[in-house]
This record gives sequence, structure tokens and C-alpha cells, in this order.
Amino acid sequence: MTGHRMNVIHVDGQRVEVPAGASVAAAIAQVTILFRRSVTGEARAPLCGMGVCFECRVTIDGVAHVRSCMTPVLHGMQVQTDAGAAP
Amino acid sequence: MTARFDVLVVGAGPAGLAAAQAAASHGARVGLLDAQPRPGGQVWRHDVRKQAPRAAVAAMQQTAAAGVEFLAQHQVVAAEPHGLLVETPQGARHVHYGALILASGARELLLPFPGWTLPGITGAGGLQALVKQGWPIAGKRVAVAGTGPLLLAAAATLRAHGAQVLGIFEQAPAAAVNAFARQLLHWPARAVQAISLRARLAGVPYRFGSIVRSAHGSEHDNHKLCAIEIEDTRGRHRLECDHLAVGYGLLPNVELAQLLGCALAYGTPEYASAHPHVIVDGLLRTSVADVYAAGEACGIGGLAAARVEGLIAGHAAAGATDAAIALQPRRAKERRFAALLAKHFALDSRVHDLAAPQTMICRCEDVSLSALDGFIDARAAKLATRCGMGACQGRICGSALAEIGRFTRSGARPPLFPIRLSTLAQAEVAPPLSDEYRGH
Repeated sequence: MTGHRMNVIHVDGQRVEVPAGASVAAAIAQVTILFRRSVTGEARAPLCGMGVCFECRVTIDGVAHVRSCMTPVLHGMQVQTDAGAAP
Repeated sequence: MTARFDVLVVGAGPAGLAAAQAAASHGARVGLLDAQPRPGGQVWRHDVRKQAPRAAVAAMQQTAAAGVEFLAQHQVVAAEPHGLLVETPQGARHVHYGALILASGARELLLPFPGWTLPGITGAGGLQALVKQGWPIAGKRVAVAGTGPLLLAAAATLRAHGAQVLGIFEQAPAAAVNAFARQLLHWPARAVQAISLRARLAGVPYRFGSIVRSAHGSEHDNHKLCAIEIEDTRGRHRLECDHLAVGYGLLPNVELAQLLGCALAYGTPEYASAHPHVIVDGLLRTSVADVYAAGEACGIGGLAAARVEGLIAGHAAAGATDAAIALQPRRAKERRFAALLAKHFALDSRVHDLAAPQTMICRCEDVSLSALDGFIDARAAKLATRCGMGACQGRICGSALAEIGRFTRSGARPPLFPIRLSTLAQAEVAPPLSDEYRGH
């Protein structure tokens, strides 16, 4: 299947194009594999893919701790991962 | 914002879709809610690049045509008398019901081993779900591991999306998988499915008695996964890969049922399980009045069992007892297949002993296995170490610890998921602030 409409969002300030209906997690994966840092500073990325584990949580349009695997991309979204945050 | 339905179904996978459609066919006003943005559940999860299976399209069309109202991105966070408090991207909502059908499905059993927290390691169904929603996988080297037929389905999806599947590493021994394959002769439709899956995976090695012992990350690039160590009948060997998709089968999602006070059980007379399921009678009634359960929540049974149980629960919840009873023989048959699966893909005790003392067990609070030494129940461990206190609320570590024989999970309490304070403020029944748990 080709010819899907594309949505543009920004991940840590970087422009990303993804097909409509894709998850924010999929968009982030184009930019970085570091979604969040754990409480002891380990790099973490999605584990369960279905909204259970919370390893994929990021800040979306200013709202913190949103599960990126459960969130469909919307045109113009601003996503912030821990990779883009100051260490 | 408040809504009211005669029958409310929680979970829009195959069981929930069937339940909603069956209940609506008798004229009931039916709501079908799901935390995900689209119906389908996990097995029928929408794929942004591929067409949905015919059965999935048909089920969704029938449910919509029956007048069922689909409530997307509705996360249940608390129970109220004949109602649920849900959180949506637009805010909190109360949804009231005459009868409730729990079709909450299953999640993957994810077990700890050294390196399992590295970026690039996901569940097997987990990576399948991510890829269906656009996760870039084309050209990536992927190892698929764990147990059960789900590994084949996941590998087939990954391959269809351009992944280079290096192998499927099944923990069950060859003798068990072959015995299972012979049993498939009695289940022609499933034999056809299995053969078609194998055909789509032509050239991909399928290894038995194989276990991923550890994973290793790159020194740079955020310690991303770069290799795994596999143990099989010939010894241990290293495999370079970009992704590891590893899942040890499924376990029922029972948190909401538990919160509602539904009676739970562990396993069946034929096989033991460390994970609870909801107890139901022949009409799929739980121990709580007006609450039904269908599909994986009642014990892992697979797609066909979920669909027929959804229909039974939908008919029964709408008062059409005869229609529900007529489907009971079909349900019994599908449940027999589930028992077959559980028997042949039982976990090798080696996978219970993979974690090292320093392996993180609770990924939310970074609690290692050795930090849990000496604790014999989840609550004491949680109070002392914060294990299970994080965002996933012990869904990952609690189930893993139960499986590896440390201790059973503590009971569910509200909120069922982390919620915004504004949602909490709308709760009709204030969640308990003390540290008392329901259940064990």
C-alpha cells in the first residue's frame, strides 16, 4: 500500500514525516532510540508496544509522561524525548 | 461528561467486537471502549501500510452497522457503582452501564534476563504492534525469541515490513513443537494457518530448545542493542542484531476485574499458571452481578475462543440466554485448543533463572533482583524497595516475579493507570489513600 497521506511532526526539534495513523513512537524511532532515561539514568525505549510498560513515555505538546506507542501522530505535534533534554 | 449504556464493553479486540455486536443485535444500547485509538485489539491491530485481515474488517463493519458506539482512547482508571471513570485526551468521563462485559484481553509475558532493558529489545507481539504503527524496521536485523505460535505471526509481520529476520528462537524443545504440529491435524483451519505462516517465513531458521541468555549494548549510541547470546542444544553462541523481539507467551489482563471484585483463579486442573484469570460460568458471568468477561481475560484461549466468548457474553448481557447457550459447544471446542497450546509451549525452567543478581527487575524504579532477596510478598517488597510502584504499576515486574516464582502480584487498586490530577478530582469514589490493597 502506497500513496498514504503524510504527517509532519517535530521530535526534539527535528522534522519527521510519517504516514497518517502512525504512532508517535514510530516517528521518534526515526530520530532517536533513547525515548527516556530511567531513574538511574539508563537509556530506555519501547518494550511492550501496547501501552502497558510505559517505557515509551515522552512529552507531547507540553504534556509529560504520554505513552508514545498509544498516541497517533497529528500534524504539527511537538515531541520531546529525554535524548533531546539536557543531561 | 457522562454517558450511559445498557451494555458497556471494555476492550475492542475480537472478543469485545463480537460482544458489542451480539448485545446490540437484541436492541441494547451498546458502548465499546478501548484505550487505543482504533478498534481491533492486539491481534487485529490496524496496520498503517497493510490491509487488515478479512475477518477483522467484517467484525468492525458489523459492530458499526449494529449501532455500537465506539469510544476511542478511553482509558479506564477507576470503578464506580455501575460505572467507570475513564480518562480521554479531552479529559475525564463517567460511563455508566446496566451490564458490563470485560474483554480486556492479554499482554505479553516479558521475563528479565541480563541486558533486557537495552533499547532495541521489545516483546515479540510488542515489536509487531510497533511495526504495524509505522516503526521503521526495513533492512533491520531482527531476532525473534520466546515461545508459542505468536512468534511465527510476529516474524511474518516483521518480514512483510522488510525486516531481515535472522531466526525464530523457540524455547520449547523440538519434540514438544512436533507433537503440537501433529495435533494440528485435528484442527484443519489452524493447520492451514500454520502452513501459510511457515510459507511466509521460508528461509527463516526456526530453532527449538533455544533461549536468549543475555543481550549486549553498543558502547556508544545510547547502549543500543548490538548482540545477543543464545543457548541451544549445541551450546552458546553470539548473534549480532539490531532488534530482539522476545515474548514468553500471554497472560490475562485482569486488573479491572480485580478492582471490581470479580473472583479470580490461577490456571486450570490441566495446567498450572502463575497468572490469574477471571472465573466465569457458562454464560460468562463473573462472580459480580451484571459483570461478564470474555476472551483472554478468562484465561489465554486465542482468537477463535475470544470471538465465540464475545458472542456468548454479548447475548447473555442483553438477556438473550438461549442464543448464548446455543454457542456453548463451540466455546468448549475452542477452549480445548487453548489447553493444547498451554501444554506444548510450557516454559522451560531455564527461562525462570536467566536474571542475574544485578539485573533490573522493576524497570520503572530500577530495582535489581538482588534488592528483592529476602522478601516473600509483593507488598513488603514494594514498600521497602519501590518495586512495582512506578508507572506500569507492576504489570511488567509483578507478572515476571510471579512467573519466576518469587511472589504473586499484589491486588489492583485505583487508579488503574497513572492519571492527571484533574481526572482524579472527578472520581465519585475517592481512591484509598492508605496503603491497603484489595485481593492478596
